[in-house]
Amino acid sequence: MDITLPLLILVIPLFMFLLLGLCGMKMSHRLAGTLGTLGMGTVLVLSYITALTYFYSGAPEFITQAGERLQYTVFNVTWLQFTDSLVIRLGFLLDPISAMMLIVIPTISFMVHLYSLGYMRDHHGVYEHGFQRFYAFLSLFSFSMLGLVVATNIFQMYIFWELVGASSYLLIGFYYKKPSAVSASKKAFIVTRFADLGFLIGILILSFYTGTFNFADLTSAPVDGIANVSQVSLTTAEGIKAMFTNSPAPMFMGASVMTWALVLIFMGGMGKSAMMPLHIWLPDAMEGPTPVSALIHAATMVVAGVYLVARLFPLYLMETAALDIIVVVGALTAFYAAMVACTQIDIKRVLAFSTISQIAFMMVSLGVARPEFHHGLGYMAGMFHLFTHAMFKALLFLCAGALIHAIGSNDYTAMHGLRKYMPITHITFLIGCLAIAGIIPFAGFFSKDEILTACFGHSIVWYIWMSLVAGLTAFYMFRLYYLIFWWKEHKVHDPHHAPHDQPWTMTLPLVILAAISCVAGFVPFGFLVTWNGKPMFEGHASFFTNLEHLDWSVAGISLAVAIIAILIATAMYKKENPLPEKMRNALPRLWDWCYHRFYWDELYQFITHKIIFGCICKPIAWFDRHIIDGAMDGLAYVTNKASVAIKGFQSGKIQMYVWFYLAGALLLGAITVICLI
Amino acid sequence: MDYSQFLVMKQEIALLVVFLLVFLCDTFMPKRSQGAIGWISIIAFAVATVFGFCPDLIYATGNAFSGMYSSGTAEIAIKNVLNIGALIVMIQALRWAQQDMVKVRRGEFYELLLVTLFGMYLMISSRHFLLFVIGLETASLPLAAMVAFDKHRYESHEAAVKYVLTAVFSSAIFLLGLSFVYGLTGTLYFDGIAVATMASGISTLLVISLAFVIAGIGFKLSLVPFHLWTADVYQGAPTPVTSYLSVISKGAAAFAFLIVLWKAFGTVYSQAWEWMLYALIILTITIGNLFAMRQRNMKRFLAFSSISQAGYIMLGVIAFNSLGLTALMYYVLVYIFSNLAAFGVIGAIENATGKVHMDDYKGLYKTNPRLAFTMMLAMFSLAGIPPFAGFFSKFFIFTGAINQGSVAIYVLVLIALINTIISLYYYLLVVKAMFISQDDCTIANFRSACSERFALWVCVAGIIGVGIVSCVYNYLYQMA
Repeated sequence: MDITLPLLILVIPLFMFLLLGLCGMKMSHRLAGTLGTLGMGTVLVLSYITALTYFYSGAPEFITQAGERLQYTVFNVTWLQFTDSLVIRLGFLLDPISAMMLIVIPTISFMVHLYSLGYMRDHHGVYEHGFQRFYAFLSLFSFSMLGLVVATNIFQMYIFWELVGASSYLLIGFYYKKPSAVSASKKAFIVTRFADLGFLIGILILSFYTGTFNFADLTSAPVDGIANVSQVSLTTAEGIKAMFTNSPAPMFMGASVMTWALVLIFMGGMGKSAMMPLHIWLPDAMEGPTPVSALIHAATMVVAGVYLVARLFPLYLMETAALDIIVVVGALTAFYAAMVACTQIDIKRVLAFSTISQIAFMMVSLGVARPEFHHGLGYMAGMFHLFTHAMFKALLFLCAGALIHAIGSNDYTAMHGLRKYMPITHITFLIGCLAIAGIIPFAGFFSKDEILTACFGHSIVWYIWMSLVAGLTAFYMFRLYYLIFWWKEHKVHDPHHAPHDQPWTMTLPLVILAAISCVAGFVPFGFLVTWNGKPMFEGHASFFTNLEHLDWSVAGISLAVAIIAILIATAMYKKENPLPEKMRNALPRLWDWCYHRFYWDELYQFITHKIIFGCICKPIAWFDRHIIDGAMDGLAYVTNKASVAIKGFQSGKIQMYVWFYLAGALLLGAITVICLI
Repeated sequence: MDYSQFLVMKQEIALLVVFLLVFLCDTFMPKRSQGAIGWISIIAFAVATVFGFCPDLIYATGNAFSGMYSSGTAEIAIKNVLNIGALIVMIQALRWAQQDMVKVRRGEFYELLLVTLFGMYLMISSRHFLLFVIGLETASLPLAAMVAFDKHRYESHEAAVKYVLTAVFSSAIFLLGLSFVYGLTGTLYFDGIAVATMASGISTLLVISLAFVIAGIGFKLSLVPFHLWTADVYQGAPTPVTSYLSVISKGAAAFAFLIVLWKAFGTVYSQAWEWMLYALIILTITIGNLFAMRQRNMKRFLAFSSISQAGYIMLGVIAFNSLGLTALMYYVLVYIFSNLAAFGVIGAIENATGKVHMDDYKGLYKTNPRLAFTMMLAMFSLAGIPPFAGFFSKFFIFTGAINQGSVAIYVLVLIALINTIISLYYYLLVVKAMFISQDDCTIANFRSACSERFALWVCVAGIIGVGIVSCVYNYLYQMA
């Protein structure tokens, strides 16, 4: 494959970032926005071509005769060569998951670019302050995210991982005059940075034992026939495991070092993907502009953790203890976030907790994936859900953005009964809700059903647990839907200022994403994205593949659960009635805990302020102030004194200069002679 | 005699062709078209610079004149690095050369510059002390004429006289040392000296003569205590000459110093010159820093800063391994970009307003934000702040030194590190003057010449790019 297209995919957003960042203030708002959107549109076309070439061209470097998809390194240049083995490369890796992300990221990013043209203006058409900066940051984010998914080695991934973190920080804090936005951006950055510390340690352990950063060396799956392929190294994941077990210290604190490495790497993923207990930043991140929430905090960046686990999946398979941890963390998070989402008032917070819960679904799915069961169904299901979730969650966020833009508030209490005023938003939001609730034939049904099937194959406990969470999902989404669009009639005081659908730049992305959410479920993922590149089913892919391979016993139950949950939500919230209040009063303690997010933030507050600041930081601050600063002051004092003392040497008299020269040469020789001979 | 061996000296021949071209143009061109002489030199020299990067050159390495001259890949690389620096200096000098007092002799400036560069080439490539001395003198004496180029200015004369006298003195000491070496070993070939010292071992006379040789080359490098001429000369000389002295002359001498010590005296490394250099490095970095703190004249300030930088460059010599060689070349390259950026700003301001005092720079950010920004980048790079190139060059030079492995070197690197903190202080003084002290803006907004801006853009690109674009380091690594 030619390297031009892949290179352009990365270069264009970077160039747009530099252009808009450096010259944006000199451009008009409209020009900056159009340039950014056009740039992203180009990237969209290019990455579609790249991804579709990978999936459908059938070229021998992408797929074998037997239909097995291969990892293909488009380019891989040496960036920093410290030693012969410690080399940092930058490259572009194409394999099923990176090609899939090449569809997801530009699609959502382009929709958000387009949408923001309308969203970032007020009702009078005046652009927001910092509009150009906003587009520059969006480009930076797109560049970083694309660089992350196509990384050829774990260090490149880490670099871009931090870059997405930085751009997320910049975008959350976009309204930097608002204190809540500033503290939210700091919180997001600090929490994810803390998690990345684990990630970095994990990377270092992994590369210390294996001597490589390259994914091709780390994860080339133990598949027969892969040895014939030149692009992939011969080292298999089993070989990697052998390196660990044969090392001088294979165990550490009761677990194997490899487990430690993988769990620490997963910690980085927990931070980015907002798994419990590192989830606390995501709800606050909703302080950023809503399109940003759609792009970064729903569809792309927050699934980086899932992507990371999928990327290293062959390694995780070698250490199933790490996978079990992932399942437990994911399942707890999914349930927790779904519970909290049932009580929130701010519609973006509901969506945020819903995102946490859905990402946890993906994590669980990866955690329960085993090659023995349905050819690693869980892996495929996780990736499938990542794909569909990105589409419908971005849709929901953009709808929420349209509502907020129309009403001027984040709370559903200010909305109620909007269905007549904003029909397009209403229909698209409903499609999003149906998709996330898992109603056939919308996208979420298929991917969630695959996840539940995978859980069923792993253990019945997780299956029941996750089905329950799926039911909660349907409930809280329809609760939100009814509270926004039904409940009671919207009071309009002035017909001129009635809420209405937004301009086409905002509605078009909604319609497109809604259309995608309707059909995305039929993408034959089993033939495209599997853990070892082999298709999961015999035969050929068609539009109805997913329907044909449905496990109806699981699907029927999950459909029934979803419908029951929706019916309950309908009963409770369609019309104004005292039922929700009664439920709340019946279980006040539970409601309170859910509403306050189980007091996680207060717990963190206590730990950081009382324990860490008080017991650790104060002594360190004292040490810094008195010992380190003292040493520096001393150095400065001595330097200054010495400088004054010797200034006479530079007299300007050339006789002196020559004397010093001669004396210096002779002394140099004499002292060396005395000391050495 | 086999005349084909001249073909080994391809870069020297290219330089001579450029020189002859400039000389002929200068002599025979009519008076009114003399204005083009600067551009002719620059274009011709740019062609020679590009020629240095021809891949064919790498395959045409070898020795000539029974081993007196040698051109390997490392020599080609360092000559290329120096070419880049000299080219930037030539571009920066354009505006200065158009001044009324200088205009009549501007051709000579470019000729002298090319001749001294030729001398530096010989220093770099010589493997025999006779050729080395010829190169050294060719690189030194015309510089005195360049220092005195602003004939109308008193300081310029004074500087030239100081330079000539001390240069002659140091040459005498150097030649005395060489005659001792010849007496001890019976040869002036670097290889022969290495063999002879290996056989005879260390002796008092050898150490003394080595000290004299080091003093002789240390003069060019302005190592402490052979540095005292530096500040006066840098201050008095015209700014383009100062930048040439501080960057190109120093870079060439550093590389030649490395070749002399490694090739001729490599066998007595740990017995003799490792410790001499050790002491010189500590003295140079520390005393350079201590003096730099007190300077208020920008050119004098950069003179002391360049003394201390020379100490860092010497870490590549004391490393005595291939990593040190690469790091030295890389350091010189980065130093070229950073220091020339600083001198470019100083020159631009001096040409426009005649001001060179640090207090005049107060509030420069308000009136000339781009120049202030460039100056800031240069200062950051010189101080070694990431992600600018200066950080990477310091990193590599420390790595090279630490790879030598002895505890003493660790201590040396630690001292060098502490000195970077001190240096940060005075580099930031300039930044502070430009950005923070905004009460009085003595320099009005002005538009610098096109050539000056171009040269500064190149330097800024170098400061930002050389560290991040790794192929630069890899190129030098492969050439070394």
